[in-house]
Amino acid sequence: MAYTKTKIKDLVDGKIDRDTLHTMLSTPKDKERFQTYIEILQEQVEWDDPIILPLGPKLYIVQRKSDRKWMIRSQAGHDFCEWDQNWKLHARIRVRETAEKMEELYPRLMAPSPDWQVIREYFCPISGDLLDVEAPTPWYPVIHDFEPDIDTFYKDWLGMAVPERA
Amino acid sequence: MNIQSKVENRGIVRGGETLKEHRDRLMEATKRTRHYAGLQQTELRDSDPIKYNKLFSRLRAGVVDARETAKKIAASPIVEQEGELCFTLYNAAGDSILTSTGIIIHVGTMGAAIKYMIENGWEDNPGIRDKDIFCNNDSLIGNVHPCDIHTIVPIFHEGELIGWVGGVTHVIDTGSVGPGSMSTGQVQRFGDGYSITCRKIGENDTLFRDWLHESQRMVRTTRYWMLDERTRVAGCHMIRDLVQEVIADEGIESYWKFAYEAVEHGRVGLQARIKAMTIPGKYRQVGFVDVPYAHEDVRVPSDFAKVDTIMHTPSEITIRGDGTWRLDFEGSSRWGWHTYNAHQVSFTSGIWVMMTQSLIPTEMINDGAAYGTEFRLPKGTWMNPDDRRVAFSYSWHFLVSSWTALWRGLSRAYFGRGYLEEVNVGNANTSNWLQGGGFNQYDEIHAVNSFECAANGVGASAHMDGISHAAAVWNPEGDMGDMEIWELAEPLVYLGRQIKASSGGAGKYRGGCGFESLRMVWNAKDWTMFFMGNGHISSDWGLMGGYPAASGYRFEAHDTRLKEIIAEGGAIPHGGDTDPENPTWEAMLPDARIKRDKQAITTEAMFKDYDLYLNYMRGGPGFGDPLDREPQKVADDVNGGYLLPRFAESVYGVILAQAGDGMQGVDQAATEAKRKAIRKARLEESVPTRQWMESEREKILAKDAGTHVQQMFAASFKLGPRFEQQFRSFWNLPADWKLMEADLPIPSYGREYSMDISELPDVKTVQFVEE
Repeated sequence: MAYTKTKIKDLVDGKIDRDTLHTMLSTPKDKERFQTYIEILQEQVEWDDPIILPLGPKLYIVQRKSDRKWMIRSQAGHDFCEWDQNWKLHARIRVRETAEKMEELYPRLMAPSPDWQVIREYFCPISGDLLDVEAPTPWYPVIHDFEPDIDTFYKDWLGMAVPERA
Repeated sequence: MNIQSKVENRGIVRGGETLKEHRDRLMEATKRTRHYAGLQQTELRDSDPIKYNKLFSRLRAGVVDARETAKKIAASPIVEQEGELCFTLYNAAGDSILTSTGIIIHVGTMGAAIKYMIENGWEDNPGIRDKDIFCNNDSLIGNVHPCDIHTIVPIFHEGELIGWVGGVTHVIDTGSVGPGSMSTGQVQRFGDGYSITCRKIGENDTLFRDWLHESQRMVRTTRYWMLDERTRVAGCHMIRDLVQEVIADEGIESYWKFAYEAVEHGRVGLQARIKAMTIPGKYRQVGFVDVPYAHEDVRVPSDFAKVDTIMHTPSEITIRGDGTWRLDFEGSSRWGWHTYNAHQVSFTSGIWVMMTQSLIPTEMINDGAAYGTEFRLPKGTWMNPDDRRVAFSYSWHFLVSSWTALWRGLSRAYFGRGYLEEVNVGNANTSNWLQGGGFNQYDEIHAVNSFECAANGVGASAHMDGISHAAAVWNPEGDMGDMEIWELAEPLVYLGRQIKASSGGAGKYRGGCGFESLRMVWNAKDWTMFFMGNGHISSDWGLMGGYPAASGYRFEAHDTRLKEIIAEGGAIPHGGDTDPENPTWEAMLPDARIKRDKQAITTEAMFKDYDLYLNYMRGGPGFGDPLDREPQKVADDVNGGYLLPRFAESVYGVILAQAGDGMQGVDQAATEAKRKAIRKARLEESVPTRQWMESEREKILAKDAGTHVQQMFAASFKLGPRFEQQFRSFWNLPADWKLMEADLPIPSYGREYSMDISELPDVKTVQFVEE
């Protein structure tokens, strides 16, 4: 079933009422959700380049108005790289690899042991927003976690025109 | 489907095929047409959808009813309280049609046992007849771990086999080297306890006496074992009766068509859900868990197993434009000398358990989903071992920790489409498992296996916190059990049960917290216990800025003098020891011998009355940047005991203020300033990723990492050449940089030599995945 834009915004804002949430979870999905969702997100950002796909609460694939390139952009407006690259390689990173740094996050004994596991925090270079956390062993390559097939998604699954890509 | 094809030797399957002929024909048609059993049209469903749905609803309700009724026969709290049982209806080829609620991972495992019987000629020897009863718990052919005991009953109609019904319960003990169903002391299957391979254990609906005499003495908990078996047999017979009633009402032709069309329906349904909920593309993630066996409190029989290792499972999900998908686990670790190995069927079947809670939340859970999915599990990995010596008793140690990564991948899809209600960052590492045994309060040989961790913390969603002390996502029961019932089942008194503060991962929406129970040994004799859980590694990452759940530790206290302290009216530990960094129980037990450390896996240690054991259930991971969490929620977490106060500031940037009545509120202005300062510090303390990569690369070139880390990579390189190539390419390593297990200062038995059961005489294994 379809939901009003207000209800979808409540969901985005973490304020959805329990009855609607239950309906959302227990009935078939509303295909038009995506368009409504993008509209809401577009109204929440301070730039007007069109959002093509959200990658996180503060991370998006956008169509850059100036050159029609698809870029991965933070909420604060930093363009990391083109949409099909691993944005984390273009972010700022802080690695927690000592007990002292781990214990800023967890009580002693409840923190991972840093010679087994480290915590890698990826930040937006403009705002310092924390956009992703990895917790692998030392030496682990930075994970390229998502490569969406946006053309198929828009055209074949949603029946929408694929935005121009330079 | 043509069911009237003539065969020379009349088999037992309806229409006269042998079981092998029947399955071969179905598999050939499935491969040729890409539709299950060649069903390009589903005749019954298309022509009479009301009847099709009536059949489904009646059978499904009956299977659930059988589970609910039969579980009351059991005495084991694992079954009766936690609902660790499941019944599944299969067609003649051993493909599941529908399943009950409960531990539905077994939708595939019992089917694997039926297929093993089909492929290995059980039809001729020992023969399959109406009213036969079979038992299986063999992990080498598809079971999850030996404590999941299957009862399998064929269903006949007018003298011909038309299907099977299987029932499974998780028993408390299998007679393994150590007591408890998921024990740690053995490093080979021969120590896993009683192993039964599709054995005929009864005829004419009656269990053989030799089976009853043998099986009851093969395990420690005989009464539970026998009542569990009656539970399974009763449920199977209820379902067999139901099928016969349905056939009497609706006709055999309708039932027969339904039994195959339902599987194709399940396959098509999965594809439709994938298109309705996800985004095509590639998703990559990874899971790890620690196996800290070098420690003195892990006592195993073999020196070559006394090593610290890390289990590793990278995964790549590919979702295609037509709604099909492929899950590739290239780079996974080799099987090991511990009890955390898994069969390919338990690994893949368990994935459906999780998917029922987001991707396919319907009652139509059957093998159709398996036929709709391509799995690649490289041979020799921990989830597709190539050696018949491997042990399985706690395969869940890494099953849950590697599956949790798949949640993160799918959650990226749900988030991208705006289905935030489906986002689930992951599940808690399902532990600790309190286990042990000896003589109990009733003076009987006994084993315990507390199932409190069926109520761990849940991972956060993209719009709300994870639910605390609530569920284990692999197992749709979500119940910690009543303390009073556990006290009846275990000679362990509860001194306290409380929320485990700061166990949930931080985030805009935090992970649900676990809980902990403090147990005092009481009225036990010759008693042992051990710990089973993650310690050095948090296996559950956060998502999109959320942090991993906290990891585990152990607390045990011996020689506590609690008897004297109680007699003197002194204070004893109940709860309150909320912060292991600032413990309080040690001061209350000044003379006790206490172990409080990161060694969260141990083997049997001796306990006596008045000794203490802390059972800490883990929390779930978080979602989003913690600095975006509503400040009052942080104060509420502190007030509710979900967060230790000091982390309000260090993790969330929230400055608490007294709000009266001992409660904490928020100093808004100070919080705003603190959050600004934290963001500034993040930028000052961070470096561009590529700059960090240069320094990390230097460490790799210098082989600067623990041996356990190097062993993990070396083993994954050997089994996953593509993983190695990607690693070398990412770090731009020179050709002469090599990392070989043989060069490491620890033994690596199993590295070069292995032998599968397929090499045994007269054995045909069934391959379910691409290897």
